[in-house]
Amino acid sequence: MAELSGKKSKTMNILRILGDQVGEFKKDSILTPLFMICEVIMETIIPIMMASIIDNGVEAGNMNHIYLMGALMVCAAGISLLVGFMGGKYGASASSGFARNLRESMFRNIQTYSFSNIDKFSTAGLVTRLTTDVTNVQNAYQMILRMLTRAPASMIFAMAMAFVISPRLASIYLIAVIFLGICLFFIMRSAATNFRQVFHKYDDLNASVQENISGIRVVKAYVREDYEKSKFQTASENVYRLFVKAEKVLSWNNPLMQFTVYACILLISWFGAKTIVAGNLTTGQLMSLLTYCMNILMSLMMLSMVFVMITMSSASAERIAEVLTETPDITNPEQPLYEVADGSIEFNNVQFQYSHHAERPVLQDINVKIRSGETIGIIGSTGSAKSSFVNLISRLYDVTAGSVKVGGRDVREYDIETLRGEVSMVLQKNVLFSGTILENLRWGDKNATEEECIRACRLACADEFIQKMPDKYNTYIEQGGSNVSGGQKQRLCIARALLRKPKILILDDSTSAVDTATDAKIRQAFAEEIPGTTKLIIAQRISSVQSADRIIVMNEGRIDGIGTHEELLKTNEIYRDVYEAQTGGGGDFDEAAPETDGQKKGE
Amino acid sequence: MAGGTRVNGMNRGRGPKPKVENPGKLFQRIMRYVFRYYGVQFVVVIACIVITVLSTVQGTMFTQSLIDDYILPMIGQSDPDFSALAAAIMRVAFFYACGVVAAFINTRSMIYVSQGTLKHMRDDLFVHMESLPIRYFDTHAHGDIMSIYTNDIDTLRQMISQSIPQLLNSAITIVSVFVSMVILSIPLTVLTLVMVGVMMAATNYLAGRSARYFTAQQKDLGKVDGYIEEMMAGQKVVKVFCHEEENIENFKRLNDQLFDSANNANKYANVLMPVNAQIGNISYVLCAIVGGALALGGIGGFTLGRLASFLSFNKSFSMPINQISQQLNSVVMAMAGADRIFKLLDEKPETDEGYVTLVNARYENGALTECAERTDLWAWKHYHKAENTTTYTELKGNIEFHDVDFGYNEEKIVLHNIEMYANDGQKIAFVGSTGAGKTTITNLINRFYDIQDGKIRYDGININKIKKADLRRSLGIVLQDTHLFTGTVEENIRFGRLEATSEEVIAAAKRVGADGFIRRLPEGYQTVLTGDGANLSQGQRQLLSIARAAIADPPVLILDEATSSIDTRTEKIVQAGMDALMEGRTTFVIAHRLSTIMNSDCIMVLENGRIIERGRHEDLLEQKGRYYQLFTGHAALA
Repeated sequence: MAELSGKKSKTMNILRILGDQVGEFKKDSILTPLFMICEVIMETIIPIMMASIIDNGVEAGNMNHIYLMGALMVCAAGISLLVGFMGGKYGASASSGFARNLRESMFRNIQTYSFSNIDKFSTAGLVTRLTTDVTNVQNAYQMILRMLTRAPASMIFAMAMAFVISPRLASIYLIAVIFLGICLFFIMRSAATNFRQVFHKYDDLNASVQENISGIRVVKAYVREDYEKSKFQTASENVYRLFVKAEKVLSWNNPLMQFTVYACILLISWFGAKTIVAGNLTTGQLMSLLTYCMNILMSLMMLSMVFVMITMSSASAERIAEVLTETPDITNPEQPLYEVADGSIEFNNVQFQYSHHAERPVLQDINVKIRSGETIGIIGSTGSAKSSFVNLISRLYDVTAGSVKVGGRDVREYDIETLRGEVSMVLQKNVLFSGTILENLRWGDKNATEEECIRACRLACADEFIQKMPDKYNTYIEQGGSNVSGGQKQRLCIARALLRKPKILILDDSTSAVDTATDAKIRQAFAEEIPGTTKLIIAQRISSVQSADRIIVMNEGRIDGIGTHEELLKTNEIYRDVYEAQTGGGGDFDEAAPETDGQKKGE
Repeated sequence: MAGGTRVNGMNRGRGPKPKVENPGKLFQRIMRYVFRYYGVQFVVVIACIVITVLSTVQGTMFTQSLIDDYILPMIGQSDPDFSALAAAIMRVAFFYACGVVAAFINTRSMIYVSQGTLKHMRDDLFVHMESLPIRYFDTHAHGDIMSIYTNDIDTLRQMISQSIPQLLNSAITIVSVFVSMVILSIPLTVLTLVMVGVMMAATNYLAGRSARYFTAQQKDLGKVDGYIEEMMAGQKVVKVFCHEEENIENFKRLNDQLFDSANNANKYANVLMPVNAQIGNISYVLCAIVGGALALGGIGGFTLGRLASFLSFNKSFSMPINQISQQLNSVVMAMAGADRIFKLLDEKPETDEGYVTLVNARYENGALTECAERTDLWAWKHYHKAENTTTYTELKGNIEFHDVDFGYNEEKIVLHNIEMYANDGQKIAFVGSTGAGKTTITNLINRFYDIQDGKIRYDGININKIKKADLRRSLGIVLQDTHLFTGTVEENIRFGRLEATSEEVIAAAKRVGADGFIRRLPEGYQTVLTGDGANLSQGQRQLLSIARAAIADPPVLILDEATSSIDTRTEKIVQAGMDALMEGRTTFVIAHRLSTIMNSDCIMVLENGRIIERGRHEDLLEQKGRYYQLFTGHAALA
């Protein structure tokens, strides 16, 4: 019972969160159902006029009455058209506007997310919520505003009119509605669970198709076509069976509906005839009653369908609410510092874990002091927490314990924008955005002149290939940077970071796809051109860090050793291992090859 | 109500109409599909629809006689006799009952017809797809192929299960109602037809307007979705550069545009229904007035009861006409989908004229003979038609390229004059910059692509003569992009040799050094992998694909070394696995690791589709040519 009420309050919560997003479309959202109800009223009145034409016009031989009623009916149709039009118009703006607000609010909120907030949802998750889920909710909202008021209103009015005409005969409808309603409830409930199951299996089936398309080379190379075919056929047979099962339940709908309508018509005809003969009903009224029959039962059918649609979109609503209510876990301090003194970095007893539930910390006992202007190499195997280590410096994540200081002050004391302006990161998984090269570079500094951009590119060894491109710095970069190679992309990203003119520059494995010679050139340029900038370089290759002032060796979340190349060769086992592996025949040969990565992913 | 792709379905019917060549033929083809498996059921469905419609029509006719023949005569009678009415109602009830039963049989059968047809279509699509050459997959976007299975099949389901029955229903209704209307009153029928014309004109106008805005909406939605996708993927970069405010501005602009077009599109679509309903009502009123005048004037024997009937027909006439216009739209959509489905089904499958097969063999008295059981000795069974003899050649793994030219299309040759000899057990390494043609060469050995000119021989046999399945079975392949399949780890390794026992699977994993990490997985060898092994690291996935090749135990191996930056330790394990695999086999390796290259029997340096240098590591270094440049890293690569 407690669980049930908890569920209920959760639903109310979601409704309230989403309801707030209606915003300036509140008026439209209220008008829409009002117009829909007006339309329904008109639709209910028209059959009465019809009856009046037959009873008082035709039967009484009164042509004037027919004209009068006809004129009234045309007016009614006109009004009905007008309100229908208005209902359609406001329904459209209310739902499109609601969707617009949802998208905007979500997008705004996501912009405030910290890295850990983003990690929680994943990129694909956020995209789905902003696109598919919004469309689902938009459609459901329009349905609620228009159909969910129209159908019950139509049913109630028609029912009321039927009762006015003849309470005795109308009670037949009441029984029919209850009967059909109960049946529909059970059918829809059972169908909904069945369909959920089917769609799940159906998605699995499509996933296996997907797998076969992308892995076709493996299938063909191992001559496993027949094996995959039989696997697929079994799965598709299953999907077929589940679909049939689910639709069988649904197939009761139509005959049941017909049965109820027919039964009503026959009962009304029989009892109606008796009542007319007894003089308590007119033939026109009988005709009206028969018209209401369809109104009532069709509305019920519509209602049941609307409910199914709404249930199906409720999951989307829930996902949207999650994005809207997520609060960023990194925020500006009350009285932030807007000045970073220098490029020195200090880690004091730092401990860090991504989630509070994590069993063991990602980083432990990190104590290190880095002087302003120093070049630091960082090396270590995958999972040794190199990236986590540098992410703390620009406060992309907050430490769990201990402190990180930049320019002598705790990073949590700075204004975030100031801090990140001075601590420029080139991320491991970096992206370029669609736009020209210049536009991309100006992410680093939106007021940078073309000369400044070119200078940054020279430093990052990017100028040489940009000059070879047809439109040079105005070359258009496709979404995700799919028209530049991996190595070119990395160099552009470095140039972009350089334009910030930071006090601290962090390269997180940012030259992995750049050949060794160019890599060396970039490092040399750094040393000569920006000597005052503190540089942290994470790399897989020893050659990339060898010339650094000091090298940090990371292992399983701890610092295993710090020192120069020569010192570490003598004292650090891990470092020696890696060095020997790379120079003793395990190193990269074909430097150009990683460049394909970018292009392949772009497909 | 449809899977991941269900959501966009709602607006789909309103977009611009796609063009399909020869829709008649296409429709016939779909119907042939339906009839091939479900002819009987489909005929039953049609019969049931006819019965349902007729029972409805007779019901409507009954309301006429109800008033005229039964109620009016009884009014004023002191002792009215209801038995005639009771009999009539029983008769109608019987026909109604038939209608209900028919409706039930109809919907039931339709499930089998539509779902069954779709199942056969899906199966045929998949079976056919598996037979297509690699070229098809290389030249078609995978997303497009996928959407045939999801979107196109979905629209087809709508057409078969909803549109066709509805169209039939509507058509039959229109005909029967029309006939009934003509019988009741010709002038009123003409009036009704005129109003239907007005309704169709209005629909046409509004639907056209709506379609225009829906196209705009689709475009704007594409822009918004594109922006969202790009920014969500780059959200961390956005944070690093504090670019949030600009992003919000840009997004707002696109979002507002979408609102405008979506608002207009929905407005016109929403208005369509009330407009048609009111035109229908006016048609109703006009018929009532004219009919009333006719009945009062007693012109042509028109009576009140007839007017009542006519008015219900009037209503049931405009409804199916509306439905037909709606359904036609979705039929057009389905046709476009069907067109894509049949295009895939019409793609030419991979051809195979090979007749040389691979058989188990053993030596008997010094002669190689075929045998049924697995002997770990294989032979090529070569039937010579001219002499009507069969020869057996032991499978060794000699591969020769003679003056091979190849291009992915006729105009552009990408490989020129490739000459190459690999004796059994030799290791051949290909090096060269991206696009030099390394991967292309490996695609030719297993006949993923066929060469334009020259010859490739396998143990002295032209590979064109070898049955493709047997050729490929004799070649192991480890690709750079590893592909795993949904299933357990064990199943994924067993993919290399389906009849392998669990012990053999474990042995293969041990041989290549994969056993260690597999045992640390939550369920060991029974751990279920999903989404192409998304729950494994890159290095682990590579180890599994190496184990998969190891269990297949082929005499010839094609290796495409991974270049992705896995860390040095994992790399060592992967490298050891590869080395274990290469031992004793003829290996073609697209090499990126120095150790692999230095251990090779021969290094081929490729550039622009030609072998420009060849030889052992030391010899090539001495030449101070391209290889030397690559090795020392002084080549201008970017």
